[in-house]
Amino acid sequence: MDYELLEHEADIGIRGYGNTIEEAFETGARAMFSIMIDLETVKSEKNVKIKCEAPDIEALFVEWLNELLTKKDLEEMSFSRFEVKIYKDDIYRLEGTASGERFDQKKHKPKLEVKGATYSGLKIGKKDEKIFIQCIVDV
Amino acid sequence: MDLLNLKRITDYEWELPKQEDMRVPGMIYGNTEIIEHLKEDVRLGKDWNALKQIANVACMPGIQKCSIALSDVHPGYGFPIGGVGAFDSEEGVITMGGIGFDINCSVTALKTSLKEEDIRKNAKPLLNSLFKIVPAGLGSTGKVRLNFHQIDEVLTGGAEWAVENGYGEEKDLEFIEENGRVKEADPENVSEKAKQRQFKQMGTLGSGNHYVEVQYVAEIYDQEAAEIYGLKEKDVVVSFHCGSRALGHQIGTDYLKKLAEVTKKYGIKIKDRELVCAPINSEEGQRYFSAVCCGVNCAFANHEVLTHLIRKGFKEVFPDEKLPKFYSIGHNTCKKEYHEVDGKKKLLYVHRKGSTRAFGPGREEIPKKYRKIGQPVLVGGTMGTCSFILRGTEKGMNVTFGSAIHGAGRAMSRKKAKHQYRGDKLLKELENRGIHVRGHSMAGIAEEAPGAYKDIINVVECMDKSGIAKKVAMLKPIINVKG
Repeated sequence: MDYELLEHEADIGIRGYGNTIEEAFETGARAMFSIMIDLETVKSEKNVKIKCEAPDIEALFVEWLNELLTKKDLEEMSFSRFEVKIYKDDIYRLEGTASGERFDQKKHKPKLEVKGATYSGLKIGKKDEKIFIQCIVDV
Repeated sequence: MDLLNLKRITDYEWELPKQEDMRVPGMIYGNTEIIEHLKEDVRLGKDWNALKQIANVACMPGIQKCSIALSDVHPGYGFPIGGVGAFDSEEGVITMGGIGFDINCSVTALKTSLKEEDIRKNAKPLLNSLFKIVPAGLGSTGKVRLNFHQIDEVLTGGAEWAVENGYGEEKDLEFIEENGRVKEADPENVSEKAKQRQFKQMGTLGSGNHYVEVQYVAEIYDQEAAEIYGLKEKDVVVSFHCGSRALGHQIGTDYLKKLAEVTKKYGIKIKDRELVCAPINSEEGQRYFSAVCCGVNCAFANHEVLTHLIRKGFKEVFPDEKLPKFYSIGHNTCKKEYHEVDGKKKLLYVHRKGSTRAFGPGREEIPKKYRKIGQPVLVGGTMGTCSFILRGTEKGMNVTFGSAIHGAGRAMSRKKAKHQYRGDKLLKELENRGIHVRGHSMAGIAEEAPGAYKDIINVVECMDKSGIAKKVAMLKPIINVKG
């Protein structure tokens, strides 16, 4: 299991698992896009660079997800694969890539639109030897 | 904190006593069934529960009277859904958690001169016509295209912009909350990203619980109010539910980050990270309020463009129908309003997260036509049950800052609903009951299954019995286009 959707009455909780926190960020992004589209139908034809920063690692996760939502709309893309590198100096910085192709209403089986990632339910934890990071997204 | 020890005031009013860091008590307007459901989440130790969220809001600076949850209450992020928090205009705060990403998500109702039978005879062609003309579902784009200059006009003009540009009619404006435009909207406070995301999304419905529904008046509870509202049994009403689209989402995103810094800068203690906020009288607070007003106007404009499209779609089947506006109200907002606190009229910033305005008789914000009976409150139900029109009351003005419920409120997570229901089977069942539904996603339909929501009749009954908002009419669905 690389990601999990968590039960929440109004919205949806997403949780990404990984051997490293960077992997958990990647699978967390997959969790969010799995709410919106069928990931299996998306080819990796175009890479979009993402950069963001935050004062702590949890907030960085929310930044990352929200930046992806912005890019999805502005570039009219469906994303299914992600790569993340995290650097720390005085704050946390993320450099990542989102891969996918132009949004196709017929092909990508669109489902539910995610409006934003929130600080609610935001936490890092460990389960079965894996690191996870989670938050609630507004749908 | 003891979240289980609620004090019963009446069968429909429960107090969460002030404790620890709470500045005011919590008040919940619901019956034992609703209260037990909330307590159950606490007992199960769920990661998110509404009672905790009510208490968290009660801890915020400048909150007035009490932290309120209405009978459609369920866990949200920051505020509970069905939550109301009013803040002092000097010592209070404005918080992202009380507004959310879908700023001014609203319900609009349009009237027709048709009767139930007219729709039943033409249900299929009307469903197809509405489905075709209303851009809906994830990733859909509208026919209206905007640039940076035009989007600023949308953000300051709201529904007026739409009317000036040929969408909707002048007469509509009177029957929209705030007449379709709030004045404090300065586009300078909205990022370019937010504006750009909206270029192609004007006049789109969105997805999830957003819909267009053709309904008929199934029952009238209050003859006098129904007469003033111009509603008779079997009358047909068209309602739709959607918000400020990507612009609102991006304002939320931008200010979530900004307010996190501001909360730290002013040393404000918050109990949930999503309750990031700014002192209302600080520069940052006023900037966020102004940005929210831009989102509010964007949603007003969006509703007016959709109104135009729905009218066009209706004309395909019923050429003589004009669909005058009945009313339009928002439910993710922060509004500057005057209310009585300790016998004095005070300016407050009222946050309503998944709750609506429900002003009582006489308030000048209500259209003249409806003023003496109170503001119409549009309560959106599920595609398989019913919706309601309520009216605001004097009691509501006194205890909930003139606020009422916005819908049935979910009782089951989307994940569980998807396991339990199947979209295609659900559509067939509804079809057999004379409800024609067409959606852009089968999974989406399963998630919106009527059984995934609280019993709306019970939720509305709590409003009526507590006196917060009184029942006027019940609406039942015939056609539903799901986003």
